[in-house]
Amino acid sequence: MSETAAAPQAKPRRSVGGWLLIAIPYAWLLVFFLAPFFIVFKISLSEIAVAIPPYIPNFDPAAGWEGFTEMLGAFSFDNYVWLTEDDLYWKSYLSSVSIAAISTLITLIVGFPLAYGMARAPKEWRATLLMLVILPFWTSFLIRVYAWIGILKNEGLLNQLLLSLGLIDQPLTILNTNIAVYIGIVYSYLPFLVLPLYANLEKLDTSLLEAAADLGCPPWRSFWSITVPLALPGVLAGCFLVFIPAVGEFVIPDLLGGSETLMIGKTLWTEFFNNRDWPVSSAVAVILLLILVVPIVLFQNQQQKAAERGL
Amino acid sequence: MRQGPSWFNVTSLVLGFAFLYLPIVLLVVYSFNESRLVTVWGGFSTRWYAGLLDNQQLLDAAWVTARVAFFSATIATVFGTLAAMVLARSGRFLGRTLFSGMVYAPLVMPEVILGLSLLLLFVAVDQARGFWTIIIAHTTFAMCYVAVVVQSRLAGFDRSLEEAAQDLGCPPFRTFFAVTLPIILPGVVAGWMLAFTLSLDDLVIASFTTGPEATTLPMKIYSQVRLGVTPEINAVCTILVGLVTVVVVFASIITRRQEAARARDMRQAEAQL
Amino acid sequence: MAKKPIGPVRRDFAPWDDPQARPYIEFRNVTKTFGDFIAVDDLSLKIYEREFFALLGGSGCGKTTMMRMLAGFETPNAGEIFLDGQNLAGVPPYKRPVNMMFQSYALFPHMSVEANVAFGLKQEGMPKAEIGERVEEMLKLVKLQDFARRKPHQLSGGQRQRVALARSLAKKPKVLLLDEPLGALDRKLREETQFELTDLQYELGMTFLIVTHDQEEAMTMADRIAVMDKGRIVQIATPAEIYELPNSRFVADFIGDINLMECKLTAREGDVSSLHAPVFGCDIKISQAVDANIGDTVWFAIRPEKVRISFEEPESRVNALKGEVWDIAYLGDVSIYHTHIANEETVRATVANRSRVVERPMSWDDEVWLSWDADAGVVLTR
Repeated sequence: MSETAAAPQAKPRRSVGGWLLIAIPYAWLLVFFLAPFFIVFKISLSEIAVAIPPYIPNFDPAAGWEGFTEMLGAFSFDNYVWLTEDDLYWKSYLSSVSIAAISTLITLIVGFPLAYGMARAPKEWRATLLMLVILPFWTSFLIRVYAWIGILKNEGLLNQLLLSLGLIDQPLTILNTNIAVYIGIVYSYLPFLVLPLYANLEKLDTSLLEAAADLGCPPWRSFWSITVPLALPGVLAGCFLVFIPAVGEFVIPDLLGGSETLMIGKTLWTEFFNNRDWPVSSAVAVILLLILVVPIVLFQNQQQKAAERGL
Repeated sequence: MRQGPSWFNVTSLVLGFAFLYLPIVLLVVYSFNESRLVTVWGGFSTRWYAGLLDNQQLLDAAWVTARVAFFSATIATVFGTLAAMVLARSGRFLGRTLFSGMVYAPLVMPEVILGLSLLLLFVAVDQARGFWTIIIAHTTFAMCYVAVVVQSRLAGFDRSLEEAAQDLGCPPFRTFFAVTLPIILPGVVAGWMLAFTLSLDDLVIASFTTGPEATTLPMKIYSQVRLGVTPEINAVCTILVGLVTVVVVFASIITRRQEAARARDMRQAEAQL
Repeated sequence: MAKKPIGPVRRDFAPWDDPQARPYIEFRNVTKTFGDFIAVDDLSLKIYEREFFALLGGSGCGKTTMMRMLAGFETPNAGEIFLDGQNLAGVPPYKRPVNMMFQSYALFPHMSVEANVAFGLKQEGMPKAEIGERVEEMLKLVKLQDFARRKPHQLSGGQRQRVALARSLAKKPKVLLLDEPLGALDRKLREETQFELTDLQYELGMTFLIVTHDQEEAMTMADRIAVMDKGRIVQIATPAEIYELPNSRFVADFIGDINLMECKLTAREGDVSSLHAPVFGCDIKISQAVDANIGDTVWFAIRPEKVRISFEEPESRVNALKGEVWDIAYLGDVSIYHTHIANEETVRATVANRSRVVERPMSWDDEVWLSWDADAGVVLTR
């Protein structure tokens, strides 16, 4: 294990500078990342109102402690009850998770051969191939999703191609369906899966494959018995990086999906911007967060372990 | 074993990269389309690009976006580097798990949640929303990406270099600027570039945290895209893609040149022995 | 491991001297290049059954490439390799009856010790019960019965080395290939393991081919050593021959410590040759028929431990030199005296420290005489 790995060592003595180093990013994240969640939770317990801000109760600092207790008294779980009553919400959650899961699986099927091919390519190509995978990741997400509209729509390029090849006589309806959403997610998130997987596969000690061959194991079998088990951490990391954000995806279902495509990110957006119901959208966010807590914690543990192993 | 590219590997590479690049290539090609119907080829033309220059709203949005990206990337790089130092160096301290959790979670956190929660924070403290609130929001999630990039650079860092500097009488604070920073600089620069493009790209978080006077380019593009595919948007997108490609390719060529030069120097030094 | 009297067997084992003996492994004019680099250059080599053969050389001499070609990981550009009469061309590594112990050990990190050892047997499709038995037998052989369920990262370096050994022996291969097998072990463990490996090889009656850059390792274990340089074999011989009768300055210099003197051949009478070393100002007589013409430049090579050092002037000025002690390296068991002769040339003499005296009879700047016997050195023509 390398010394620099994040392995928790004995408590070091820390100077003022050392504490400051920790305090600055820590404080920023506490204020701008963690604290907002509590506010979201608070507002999810409030009620919609025609006011600025559009919810009640509001904490009135002038009223002091009484104002605080009064606010507590006005809190209710009505919004959560509402979420269970209207089937739009739980259907959205369910369909988000299933769309994300299916897309993650497809991304893995597309991404594994790509990452494997890169890791097995001659050394002098690898840097270029890596850059080619990263490059789309740098270009705007919105643009990449937008590019698919022109391809997938009824009079789009894909249908033109298929028609001219004579493979179909009627244009296929792909845009504004779940299939378009799958394509969009796979396309947008592919680099997130390929990069950790490639890093993992590239590190694979080729002498292990030689040892397997030496002991009588043909390449197609050593792929399953050596390469895949050892690549598992990379596969997991990649799948988490696709699955978790995909569950809450908004842009892709909004632009590529149709009216029957239910995804919770879109529902939240509509609730917030179109219905201006801040309390309900907060409740939606809280539940979404609860759904994602387990995969996020798993992802973090996995990252932590990888960091400790000095990967 | 021989690592020659097998037909399977070549095929998966070709198909994989075709999938990654074809949509973007088509987008670029059709931005030079004479016809207003985006999917019908009507001959080569640059008229859509010329039209962009008259679109004052679009130019304003682009200027806002560039400034937001610059400021948030710069702040995020400072904080993200600090966070990476903490993760890689500070060992055990109270709340370390919470801290590393807060660094990793934004990487996967759905943008709608990040955007909504920050907006509600700004509302709660009665902060007027606009230019600076977007910067704060972008800094918060971009610094986590910077932290991860810089941390990976620090993981391969030989700590004895810092110890040597301190042994020679350099205090920790100065050691950071004299020894550590120059060595992790490529990671820090890459982190800045990543933070910049993340901010440049972002639609969802900016939509939540902005106010009436600050509209970013992605928001502008999004509102137009919802109305359908137009050649003007293709042109805007092509310019953005082109800029990013040039910068990334240029940066990677520079790094690779430096690495090649280094390797050559080392070979020559070997040969002198 | 139980000790058996292997002395007599070892002493008489010399199939390479028997013209009737059939080679077990044969490299026939094998060449292997990597781009412009010639790793193995038109090389032929015969290794016999039950032999413990060492390929010895510095890095980049082609020794590892030889081994990897035998294992099937590299394909020769030209030439053929035979194993037990079978041409190995086109046989993939996983079908060759040889097993290799990797320098890095290449233990599968996600499998237990047991599973690592069983891996090769499973590939053969051996029945489960038999695999269990064989694995147990192998772990017993390397004294790791109690570690069967551990993962490789839970083992010490020495234990990992033994797992690698057990894994490569489990299939009872025709040839065991050892790639720098002891390189990662510390000195004491290395010495122990050297003897264990020799015993094991005898007990199993297997052919071992070892690749190493460590001359001591090769000398201790091997029946024969091939010294390699730049893709060619410089000398093949038993350890004693390599040490005492090197065939070139390269081998003499590579194995052990040696004093080299450039000489002219002045006379040759039967088995006795006379030389003159102008730089050292010294006449040398040696009981060796030198294969060179009178007046040719040759080199006189003598090991430091064969040089006597004393204050007394020897009777004859032949095979003797006068010098001044320049430096003394005290190594505990021996001391090496660096003596300056004329022109600042150095000759080294090793003296065993037979008694426990801290004060040495000879000290810095003392004038001393160096001398040697007529059969102590060797004349090299290249």
